[in-house]
Amino acid sequence: MNKENYKKYVSMRAEKSPVFKNCLFAFLIGGAICSFSQLLCDLYVLLGIPNDAASILVSVTLIFIAGLLTGIGTFDKIAKVGGAGTLVPITGFANAVVSPAIDNKAEGFVLGLGSKMFIIAGPVLVYGTVASAIYGVFYYFWGGAFSL
Amino acid sequence: MEILWKYAAPFIFGGFLCVIAQIFIDKTRLTPARILVSYVVTGVFLSAIGVFEPLIDIFGFGAKTPLLGFGYILAKGTREAIDNYGAMGIVTGGIGGAAFGIGAAIIFGYVFALLFKGKSK
Repeated sequence: MNKENYKKYVSMRAEKSPVFKNCLFAFLIGGAICSFSQLLCDLYVLLGIPNDAASILVSVTLIFIAGLLTGIGTFDKIAKVGGAGTLVPITGFANAVVSPAIDNKAEGFVLGLGSKMFIIAGPVLVYGTVASAIYGVFYYFWGGAFSL
Repeated sequence: MEILWKYAAPFIFGGFLCVIAQIFIDKTRLTPARILVSYVVTGVFLSAIGVFEPLIDIFGFGAKTPLLGFGYILAKGTREAIDNYGAMGIVTGGIGGAAFGIGAAIIFGYVFALLFKGKSK
């Protein structure tokens, strides 16, 4: 193997292996969060909470846990390994809300904590809400063809 | 076997959705905020064309927990609000459906921000 080939080989490896590793951890941690959600839901149902409410309570619990872990600094450590595995589940949304709220508290309770809270997660709500309104227009006028 | 699938199904599909996002992050330099936006909007779209509900039937929380599920909640809220209140639901439905998520994020976010100190910048 000459020098050029070796360089190519190294750069190929250097690019490839982190992506694969990142994807593997994203899969494991993201998957684990979703399995945990199912477990949590079963637990709530077992405690006598109706199915619909249990499902909502699962999301609220995940937001609570992710917020707490963000507060004590553990979320960042998990996210460093899990990458998209922690970002894509609703835990990522919670982290995106809580993290800037905490980090900008020093700037004041109104203009820091209050206004910076949605600096990352805000767009999710804006585009999600607009998209749902567009869907709403279609559903309202052509309801039957757009059954969920 | 059935109980194994009950937990494996969300794991597989939820993990799969995270891998797609990870590939986008690593290969395209899309910022996480953009990825979250794409997932929610995609979730609304898939729900609108009727593809998402079957996925929930198969994969449960594997479909509901990732942000696609947040899109689904927005779309479902819109549909139900229109069924109940007519055209007004176009405006109120999405946020109404997602109220628990937004409420929880704001309230817990506020409390945790009071309790914990941020990183020094």
